[in-house]
Amino acid sequence: MQNQYTDWKQALRSGLLGGAITVLLSLIGIVTAFSNTYIVNKVISFGELLIVGPIAALSLVAIQKARARHPGLLILTAIISGLTSGLVILALAGLGQVINLRAMFLNASNDLYAIYAYKQALVPGLLLRLLVSGLVGALVAGFTLLPGRIKAAISQGLLYVILVGLMGRLIGTVLNTWGFVAILFKWMFVANSLSPIGAIFLFLLTGGLAYWRYGRPKTKQITDPKKQKLVRWGTLGGFGLLLIFLPNILGMWFSEILDNVGLFILMGLGLNIVVGFAGLLDLGYVAFYAIGAYTIGVLTSPELGFFNLTFWQAFPIALIMAFLAGVLLGLPILKMRGDYLAIVTLGFGEIIRILVLSDWLKPWLGGTQGIQRIQRPVVGIGEFSITLQSQQQLYYLILAGIVLVAFVAVRLRDSRLGRTWMALREDEDVAVAMGINHVATKLTAFAMGALFSGIGGTLFAAKIGSIYPSSFQFLVSINILSLIIVGGMGSIPGVFVGALALMGLPELMREFAEYRYLFYGAALVAMMLTKPEGLWPEARHRLEFHEEETPPPEESEAVPESA
Amino acid sequence: MDNILVSKKVTKRFGGLEALGKVDLELKKGAIQSIIGPNGAGKTTFFNCVTGFYTPEEGEILFNGRNITGMSPDRVTHLGISRTYQNIRLFKNMTAIENILVGMHPHLKSWLIGAIIRDPRTVHEEAEALKEAYRLLEYVGLKGRGDMLAKNLPYGEQRRLEIARALASRPKLLLLDEPTAGMNPSETQDMVHFIQRLRDELGITILIIEHQMRVVMSISEKITVLDFGRKIAEGTAKEIQTNPTVIEAYLGRGAASGLGETAAKG
Amino acid sequence: MFRTWRQKITMTDIMVWIIGLSIAVVVIWGTISTLQSGKYSAASWFDLVIKGLALGGVYALIAMGYTLVYGILRMINFAHSEVFMSGPFTAVFLANALQSNGFLSRQPLLGMLAITLLSMAVSMSVAILVERVAYRPLRNAPRLVPLITAIGASFFLQYTFRGFYGSGFEAYPTIEALNGYWRIGAIPLFKTQAVVIIAAVVMMFLLYAIVMWSKLGKAMRAVSEDKEAAALMGIDVDAIIVFTFALGGAAAGAGGILYILQFPVVHFYMGFIPGLKAFTAAVLGGIGNVPGAFLGAMVLGLLESVGPNLFLDGLGIPVASQLKDAIAFIILVFILIFRPSGILGERLSQTKV
Ligand SMILES: Nc1ncnc2c1ncn2[C@@H]1O[C@H](COP(=O)(O)OP(=O)(O)OP(=O)(O)O)[C@@H](O)[C@H]1O
Ligand SMILES: [Mg+2]
Repeated sequence: MQNQYTDWKQALRSGLLGGAITVLLSLIGIVTAFSNTYIVNKVISFGELLIVGPIAALSLVAIQKARARHPGLLILTAIISGLTSGLVILALAGLGQVINLRAMFLNASNDLYAIYAYKQALVPGLLLRLLVSGLVGALVAGFTLLPGRIKAAISQGLLYVILVGLMGRLIGTVLNTWGFVAILFKWMFVANSLSPIGAIFLFLLTGGLAYWRYGRPKTKQITDPKKQKLVRWGTLGGFGLLLIFLPNILGMWFSEILDNVGLFILMGLGLNIVVGFAGLLDLGYVAFYAIGAYTIGVLTSPELGFFNLTFWQAFPIALIMAFLAGVLLGLPILKMRGDYLAIVTLGFGEIIRILVLSDWLKPWLGGTQGIQRIQRPVVGIGEFSITLQSQQQLYYLILAGIVLVAFVAVRLRDSRLGRTWMALREDEDVAVAMGINHVATKLTAFAMGALFSGIGGTLFAAKIGSIYPSSFQFLVSINILSLIIVGGMGSIPGVFVGALALMGLPELMREFAEYRYLFYGAALVAMMLTKPEGLWPEARHRLEFHEEETPPPEESEAVPESA
Repeated sequence: MDNILVSKKVTKRFGGLEALGKVDLELKKGAIQSIIGPNGAGKTTFFNCVTGFYTPEEGEILFNGRNITGMSPDRVTHLGISRTYQNIRLFKNMTAIENILVGMHPHLKSWLIGAIIRDPRTVHEEAEALKEAYRLLEYVGLKGRGDMLAKNLPYGEQRRLEIARALASRPKLLLLDEPTAGMNPSETQDMVHFIQRLRDELGITILIIEHQMRVVMSISEKITVLDFGRKIAEGTAKEIQTNPTVIEAYLGRGAASGLGETAAKG
Repeated sequence: MFRTWRQKITMTDIMVWIIGLSIAVVVIWGTISTLQSGKYSAASWFDLVIKGLALGGVYALIAMGYTLVYGILRMINFAHSEVFMSGPFTAVFLANALQSNGFLSRQPLLGMLAITLLSMAVSMSVAILVERVAYRPLRNAPRLVPLITAIGASFFLQYTFRGFYGSGFEAYPTIEALNGYWRIGAIPLFKTQAVVIIAAVVMMFLLYAIVMWSKLGKAMRAVSEDKEAAALMGIDVDAIIVFTFALGGAAAGAGGILYILQFPVVHFYMGFIPGLKAFTAAVLGGIGNVPGAFLGAMVLGLLESVGPNLFLDGLGIPVASQLKDAIAFIILVFILIFRPSGILGERLSQTKV
């Protein structure tokens, strides 16, 4: 009796929460915005997924929390949860008919209600919605009752369909430049999304693969060290070649995106030293980026006409300025506790931006008008020199910068200095008692980060050709921080993954760009709650954040898992 | 000049509480000495004053005749004092070997540039350091544990690793804060032998804070007793055992400790 | 004594002192030359002071949220600036509705009360929600983790409200009853500013009373002293933490209404700068300390309002008021360097080993 009563309550609560999340997403506007972004053409849109997804997720929660074990009761629980969510949605639509919600919530529009009602007449449409919500619950319950192997197959199949469907536009663009592949896959994609046949094919393919792989050991480990080395160099070399030809493969439009992502990778690598290695939360990272860019601007722009240096003459000066700024700011503040440090660096970033914007420094820094006609970098000697101007040319400059910074980052990580940073991050008092001078050590990290940020700034100036204060907002610091966190604090490959995920995707999918920071915020919170070590954690961090889950010492020699 | 450590009238207060009051202590070079006292007597606070974590309000601490009062912990370590902690404080998410390597910090030189370009000197230095770290690991009986994260080691091994880390800085004076806390009798026995070996083989002077009377009595040449931050007695094991003030300090507060029984029997 | 002092001092300290001294010299120089030039009359100084106090009142109310939460969880609730934004940004719709049906001009007091209550309720709910979703699961996580979560929550909230109400500016209606000024002798005192200052002082006193004398307030202080001990004494720690967030949220919501009385436009990004300033105020007064937050906020408000004219004008800096935010942040940086415990805060005891 008691059990069933709590299950009821739990089901209702999950349902309410699921409905609330859907309503929240609707009112923010993403449901409407994505209602025409089809995953499977004309069948299911991303917007629809945003309505159904929370309902499904929360009925799953209801099942997992239920005490009852009888399948019938479980299905009932899930259906109740789903129906409750549906009722919440109906309530919003109903309320919208009675009072004009739109006066307050921009997105509580008739469009939204039409989406809720499957573009049918309101009453029967909404009833259909209710029915579907209950059905979603039932399907989720049915899913959980399946044997593990089929569950794995279905979830993998769905995952791939959703991912590929979402990236339909991107895949389409690339495929179009590759004629012969396009012919092969034309039937799978319609109007930037999967065709129904394509979706079924993909689902069966990936799901079948998961079904087949289920329970089998993962791919064989290569144990022979010689072979291992060969494989490593082989992949590295292949990857290098790919990177070199990437702009030609992808074309103009993508090169621009690549450049942007590249700049963020470069800066991310720098901030990763500060945040990931040394554990110093620096929220004013953009300040050094601005210092780098503005130094280049002031020194090279003929418009200001102070110095009229070339890019390469100004470059080292810019780096020195950024580095010095790092040292000067770092010296006094690095004794502070972590969270104070975060706020002070943030304050510093704002100070720099305010100064740059001010009328006081306008004669030197251009104020709101910024600095135009910054000199582009010239490479080569004499007749063979070219001015790097197009995005495709600048790509190589940025790539070179990334390679350099990544190299330095790897070297630092595996050195005495890297160890010292890690020790300070772990337990500052004890580290100091080991003879470590904490200010000097942190300062090194902080100043290196500043230097790399400065490099990012100079390249940014070279790429854009003109700079404005608005390019140096606090948001830039947050962008970089987010990509490090999502990729995995302290992880160098993580920076690449994070930058591709957070910078690349929104650029590729323009609808997302609008909701970028919403997404970043949610990603930071979700990451910290569920996977604080990031998408691609450094091997060590994988262990660090999940204390309870670390295997006991005897088993820690990793055995390829076989379930 | 055969006293390696001398404290003169060291006083440390926390707000109204006097954690140490005018504590005088002399530690002979090459000796093993102990500090004992009931909980909250100020023993750990004394260690903290010596190692530079706290600055005493009054008094002086001399190390090899040099005044180190109020010196920062990193500089104290560079002079040759190192310590372990009552509640083990290893770098939990670093491997055993890395813990020891961090301990070697004062003897290594490579810094930013060396780390980036990896000049031969840096490479050599790192290789040597690694070799020595493995040697130390073996010395404390943790052979083969080098690549394990410190937090995954069993308790007794963590204590040993902490000592190895302290030894890595090649100290002249080692301060051990309750090295046998939480150990069973046979582990305790091992630890006692190990501490004696340290002194005999490496010639390090050792100051121990200890609660188990059997340990204290068996290894220390001199014992200092603190109570409420004051030194209430000093002398050999025999003298301490029969000292009425000491018995009073322990029994008067009803603190359960081996001292009562030992003293009554003695 | 001198010896130990010599041993403790480092290059860093010297550098910091030099920077500090040079800034002090610049400030004094600027002040003297401003005063000598006699550009501003006593009346305009008075005006600036009142303006500063009114601003300080708002900062004080926001700072409460930072201080209370910090006192109890030892974390900076970075999302508090969005807690502050959510109240007035929502209440603007009520205000406009009341304005358009004439209620606000008929019953300005009741109308304002309703608007304020709505603002407080919204801010409070957002604060509680943030605690529940983003912070509670992370009570025992490493320090950086909740801070990053807080930053994430802050952005999520900003862009959620942007999604709700749009990215544009919404204007509050003017309250006719608060137009104009009273005269004290020859000096005009704007009604809005007077009302804001009085309201802020009253509310701060109320908050102080709650924290000091109410049962919940006492439990709150017990929890901030020692969570385990408080739990052993039968205090529901989670409930107290929720209460803390609620109290801070409500204060921020009220502060939001006082803010729009001075700057009657709201938008989704409005929380960032006042939030940062309020945090500065909390640190200035000694974070975790309620009277300290009030004092810090008033000082900051004054410096921000008087500072640009007093310190910078004399140095010949054009449009010095553009730099007022910079003044606030420089103050923040220097307090944290020279006296991290703030004006009223006690020094945090040395780390326990
Ligand atoms: N950082 C500190 N702040 C305030 N009080 C402290 C601090 N460190 C120690 N104390 C107090 O000083 C007194 C002495 O503490 P200490 O840790 O030195 O005792 P102890 O002799 O090591 O005891 P135990 O046997 O429990 O380790 C205790 O009352 C303790 O509460
Ligand atoms: Mg102790």
